[in-house]
Amino acid sequence: MLHECPPGPVGDFLDRFRLDERFPHILCPGCGIGTAMGTMVRSLAELGIGEDELCVVSGIGCSSRVPGYMDTDTFHTLHGRAIPAATGVKQAKPELTLVVYGGDGDIMAIGGNHFIHAARRNMDITVFVVNNRTYAMTGGQYSPTTPTHEKAATAPFGNCERSFDICFMARASGAMFVARSTTYHVAHLKKMMKLALTKTGFSVVEIVSQCPTLYGRHQRIGDGVKMLQWFRDNSVDVSKVEDPWQEQERFVIGVLHDREEVPPYTALYQRVREAAQQADSA
Amino acid sequence: MPQLLSGNEACAIGALRAGVRFFAGYPITPSTEIAEYFARELPRLGGTYIQMEDEIGSICCMNGATAAGLKAMTATSGPGFSLMQEGIGYSIMAELPCIIVNVMRGGPATGTPTRSSQGDLMQARHGTHGDHPIIALCPWSVRECFDLTVEAVDVSERLRLPVILLMDEVVGHMRETVELPLRVETWKPSNPRRPKEEYFHYGDETNYDSDIASFGEGFRVHLTGLVHRKDGLPTNDPETIRWNMDRLRRKVDDNASWLWDLTYEDLGAETVIVCYGSSARSATEAKNLYQRKTGRSVGIIRLRMVWPFPQQRMVSLLRSARRVIVPEMNMGQMNRSVERAVSPDVPVISVQRYDGEMLTPGEIVDAIGREVPSARPLPEEDLHPGFSIADDEEF
Ligand SMILES: Cc1ncc(C[n+]2csc(CCOP(=O)(O)OP(=O)(O)O)c2C)c(N)n1
Ligand code: SF4
Repeated sequence: MLHECPPGPVGDFLDRFRLDERFPHILCPGCGIGTAMGTMVRSLAELGIGEDELCVVSGIGCSSRVPGYMDTDTFHTLHGRAIPAATGVKQAKPELTLVVYGGDGDIMAIGGNHFIHAARRNMDITVFVVNNRTYAMTGGQYSPTTPTHEKAATAPFGNCERSFDICFMARASGAMFVARSTTYHVAHLKKMMKLALTKTGFSVVEIVSQCPTLYGRHQRIGDGVKMLQWFRDNSVDVSKVEDPWQEQERFVIGVLHDREEVPPYTALYQRVREAAQQADSA
Repeated sequence: MPQLLSGNEACAIGALRAGVRFFAGYPITPSTEIAEYFARELPRLGGTYIQMEDEIGSICCMNGATAAGLKAMTATSGPGFSLMQEGIGYSIMAELPCIIVNVMRGGPATGTPTRSSQGDLMQARHGTHGDHPIIALCPWSVRECFDLTVEAVDVSERLRLPVILLMDEVVGHMRETVELPLRVETWKPSNPRRPKEEYFHYGDETNYDSDIASFGEGFRVHLTGLVHRKDGLPTNDPETIRWNMDRLRRKVDDNASWLWDLTYEDLGAETVIVCYGSSARSATEAKNLYQRKTGRSVGIIRLRMVWPFPQQRMVSLLRSARRVIVPEMNMGQMNRSVERAVSPDVPVISVQRYDGEMLTPGEIVDAIGREVPSARPLPEEDLHPGFSIADDEEF
């Protein structure tokens, strides 16, 4: 069980961010969300980000339940609204590190417009999108990332819509840093998360994750282990593909976009304040 | 120094003087001047004006700033108010003391963007889903836009609830000369002086005026829109659900007597007008006209706080009324609450206007004089023939 992790550095990290009395958690056996959460916690700890310098914000969904297991400031908001809520917190307390943690439905469907505009505004927040290609919490309906033709609870004859690429969307909207990893590649995922957390400005890590209970069953992939093997066998590093945005079949993992930093919104708005105050004294 | 100001400006000034330092919004007529005022003034004061991508983003962003310890506000009108409803529920559930201004225009849908209305009275009460307390204030003048914004800030902090300021297009755009106080006083909670192990974000059982931590202060605050325990973490335990719901209900119920805010005059009269917002201006004028014409006085009750509806108070204030008139710029919304405050044989006459124009004093005067069927017929001498005002040049 998670709360009996071995002593040593890893245990220490988990102890630091873990709300013991909340365990056992509500996630299914074999689910990838816990792996992604554990990796996030290790990344935060290794970067030396303290519990009292952090606020973890989420919306609604299986993935979004994660902050409720963390011993830090946590903000479990409405479905799709983690990003605007984090925007308010960041602007009020710029010194806090803001992490948004949520699902593909939460962040890319109902919250899609907020995602685009926070990226455009360059809010200094780090967004971890757990992409399990489905609305898991409500029972496995198709989401904006469910591939065409796949079956889902609301697509019994196959999904007729096209899916979209979270990372491409992030880059197009103006994100400073965009990466993808999977719950199989835990060390790689941690590296991506740490890079995202270090980057100033809007940064996004898409975490391809397994939902064996719903997605795995609908696609007949199998249990959590089978799904992880599927990630292992179908991922390719970004350095090995010609055009990462054209890959349809495989998961392209690695840093997909890392641009020269521009000032985040908080700094830009500080300039607005200075201009307003100067106009006053003039 | 006296100033010529609009209601929207007075509202923004009241907010700034009461300590509002964060505004998240999205432009919409007829509330936009509030946003523009904040965009100009907040950066000078070191605050933030942020224009969000929509009203859902606005209210959630405001909730975030409130959770991080700033006094925050948003302002909108009809369609935007509709988009905000889920977020208002969140402010209530998480107990975030923020201010939501709705400068009412005609609905439904896009309705009449530039015309006035009081059509959102019931939406303010019941717009967000689930049982919940609501506090809503309704100014009738430029000065009151200032005063009630300050009151909204004060009440929101005391009860740790959002407060809705229901203005309307007439009050928002009307200009009056006012002299506003430079200093205003509002209640503020203190920072917790306890170790974080002893701090519970919803731990105050009996009063709501305790010490409150925000994000970033080392107390590891947990906020959720789910039903939660006193430490802020979610639960499905029936006993705790009941505790959480009762806690929210009691915020308003236990404090109703000092919360209620209304003015009244001449309640000995047999006819009493119950009114609020800009319709109360017409109602006051109607009362004066009728008195002058007939020599008979008319009672008036004006609600400055429309929600919670002052039920018990109204029962006692309307005890001797033989008929009640409720003029509103809608299809009759408050009249239902008033009906519940009088005995069934007292007729409650709903005077409605929903063509985007203000009610005229004449329309209300007509209603005062109108003969209405009543379960208990009124004595002969109590019935006054209505008089038409169309041929009276005074109107
Ligand atoms: C406004 C609103 N609409 C719908 C829902 C129902 N709902 C809850 S979670 C969810 C989808 C979650 O999917 P995702 O964000 O991908 O997270 P996952 O559960 O897959 O981790 C939906 C539709 C809701 N809570 N609120
Ligand atoms: S339903 Fe899927 S995503 Fe949700 S906890 Fe279970 S396995 Fe994880």
